[in-house]
Amino acid sequence: MKIVVCIKQVPERDARLRIALDGKSVDTTGVATEINESDQYALEAGLRLAEGAGGEVVALLLGPDQAEEAIRRALAMGAARAIHLNDAAFQDGDASATAKALAAAARQEAPDLVLTGLQSDDAGWSQTGVLLAERLGWPSATLIMEIEQPADGRIKVKRELESGWFQWITLPLPAVLTIQSGIYPVRYATLKGIMGAKKKEMKKLGPLDLGLDPGEVGAAGRRVELHRLYVPVKTAQAEILGGDVATATAALVDRLQKEAKVL
Amino acid sequence: MGAIWAVTQTEKGEAKGISFETIAAGQKLAAALGKPLEAVVLGAGVRGAAEKVAVRKVERVRLIDVPKLDPYTPDPYTAALQQAIEAEKPDFVLFPHTYQVRDWVPRLAAALDAGFVSDVVDFRAEGGEPVFVRQPYQGKLNADYVFAGTGLRLVSFQAGAFLADDAAKGDSAAEIVEQAVDLSGVEVRTQVLDTFQEVENKVDLSRADVIVAVGRGIGKQENLGLIEELAAALGGQLAASRPVCDNEWLPMDRQIGSSGQTVAPRLYLAVGISGAIQHLVGMKNSGTIVAINKDANAPIFSVADYGIVGDLFEVVPALTAKVREARGA
Repeated sequence: MKIVVCIKQVPERDARLRIALDGKSVDTTGVATEINESDQYALEAGLRLAEGAGGEVVALLLGPDQAEEAIRRALAMGAARAIHLNDAAFQDGDASATAKALAAAARQEAPDLVLTGLQSDDAGWSQTGVLLAERLGWPSATLIMEIEQPADGRIKVKRELESGWFQWITLPLPAVLTIQSGIYPVRYATLKGIMGAKKKEMKKLGPLDLGLDPGEVGAAGRRVELHRLYVPVKTAQAEILGGDVATATAALVDRLQKEAKVL
Repeated sequence: MGAIWAVTQTEKGEAKGISFETIAAGQKLAAALGKPLEAVVLGAGVRGAAEKVAVRKVERVRLIDVPKLDPYTPDPYTAALQQAIEAEKPDFVLFPHTYQVRDWVPRLAAALDAGFVSDVVDFRAEGGEPVFVRQPYQGKLNADYVFAGTGLRLVSFQAGAFLADDAAKGDSAAEIVEQAVDLSGVEVRTQVLDTFQEVENKVDLSRADVIVAVGRGIGKQENLGLIEELAAALGGQLAASRPVCDNEWLPMDRQIGSSGQTVAPRLYLAVGISGAIQHLVGMKNSGTIVAINKDANAPIFSVADYGIVGDLFEVVPALTAKVREARGA
C-alpha cells in the first residue's frame, strides 16, 4: 500500500510570535518550528498502516527551503522518501491554492491513500485535506480517530463527531483522510532513523513539474486574501497578580475569598 | 444582485441551535451589504425544522428535503447545495463552523471554485466590501480577510461568535420554497455503519462546583499529582484540555472543550492551558476563571478574571498551601 502524508511546518506551539513589517505575516526569524501537530498524528497513522500491510509512506510538503527541517524529521520518523513543493510561485497561497499543488503532486504518485492533519496550527482553515480530495475526485472523511487495514478496495475508519459521538464509516480507495490529534501516540525519531534520513530521497518540485501554471498556485491562485495580521485587543483583561510566588498566590486566595466569594 | 444564504445544519429532523447563530450573522451581513437574506434547510424529513427557521427574519426559506441526505454523507450534501447554488446564484453562502461543515463544505468550495473563509469570529463592511476576522495561530493573532475576485463566497462562523438569540424574528413567518434538486445520479461513496457514543461519561463535570483543569504545560503524567493536590484542597474536580487526554495522561471523560464536556462551574482554574478556542468554548461561561500560565500573552488570560504569570511548578504548590490555610484544612 502506498500512502502519501501531507505535512506542514508551523511555529512551535509556545513560540513567541512577532508580526513582520509587511503587517501580513509572522516574522519567522529565529522562531523554532515543528511539524504541525495533527500532521504528526497523520504521519504516525500512515506509518502504522504501511507497517501493517507492507508498503511505503511518502511525505509531501509545500514550503520554503527552511521547511526541509520538517521533511528530515518525517524521514527520520520512518517515511520512505519525500516530495518538497518548493518554488517562489507556491508562496503565500491560501488553502485553495495550496490544495491545488498538493493534489497535483499526489496524483503523480497515484497512492491508495492520502492523509493530512485535521487542520494547521497556524492558518487553521481545516480545509486543505477535503479540498484536495475534491481536486483528485476522491472520497474523503475527516476527524479520523481509528483506521482499519483496507479490505476489498474499501477502508473502514472511525470519525469523531461533536459532543462525544463517533461514527464508523467505510469508503472506497483511493481516498483522503484528515486525522484528528490523539489517534495513536506519535513515535519519536530514533538516532538510527535520524542517521538513515540523510540517505533518503527528497525530490524538489515546482509548478511546471506538476503540470501547473505558476499563475494558478501560490499568491496568484488565491481565492481569499489576508489583509492584515495583528495582536487582538483583549476585551476582558484578567487582573494579573504580580510579585513573587508567595505574594501572588496570597493575593489570589484573598480575591477568591473576598471579591469572587468562591472560597 | 445575489442573495445571502444561511445554511441550517439539521440533526434528527431538527435545526441545530448553532444554525440560528448563522442566521444572526446573516442578518447582520445582509444589513451591512444591503442584500436579502435567505435560509437554506437541507436534510431528510426536515420540513419541521424549516418551519422553525421561517419564524426568523429571512426573505424565504429554501427547503431541500431529499431521503438521500440521511444519514449525512459528503457526496449528496455537496451535490444538493451545488445544484441549488448553480440554479439560484447567491453571492454569499454562510455556514456554522461545525465538524460536519468541515467535512463537506471545502469539497463544495473546490467543486464551485469558490473562496471559503472558515472559522470567522467577526466581520465589518469597508467600502461596501465585507472584511472577515479570523483568529489564526491558535487564537494568538487576529487576521482580516477579504475575498479575491467576484465569484461565489463561502463563509463559516465559529461557535459562539454570534448569538442565536440575536437572530431577529420576522413580523410573520417567511415563505418556505421547495428547492428542487436531482440526486438520482449522485453516487454515495461513504457508507455509514454505526453512529454511537463512545463511553458514557463516568465523570459528569458539568455538575462540578469547582474545576481545576490542566493543560500541556504540565509536561508529563508524573507531574499530575501537583494538580490533584490543588483540586483536593479546593474540593474540586480534576479536568484537562485535549492534549493531556490525547497523551492518555488523563481519561477522555476529563476533557473540557469542543470535543469534550462543556462546563460552567462557580470556579474554574486553568493551569498550564494556553486557551485555544477549542478549549475556551467548553469553559468560558464559568463563574470565576483563574489562569496560571508562563506565557503572559496566552489567550486564556483574555477570558480569565485573575491571572498569575509564572512557572506552574512553583505557583501551584504555593497556591495549594495557601488554599489549605484559608480553608483551615
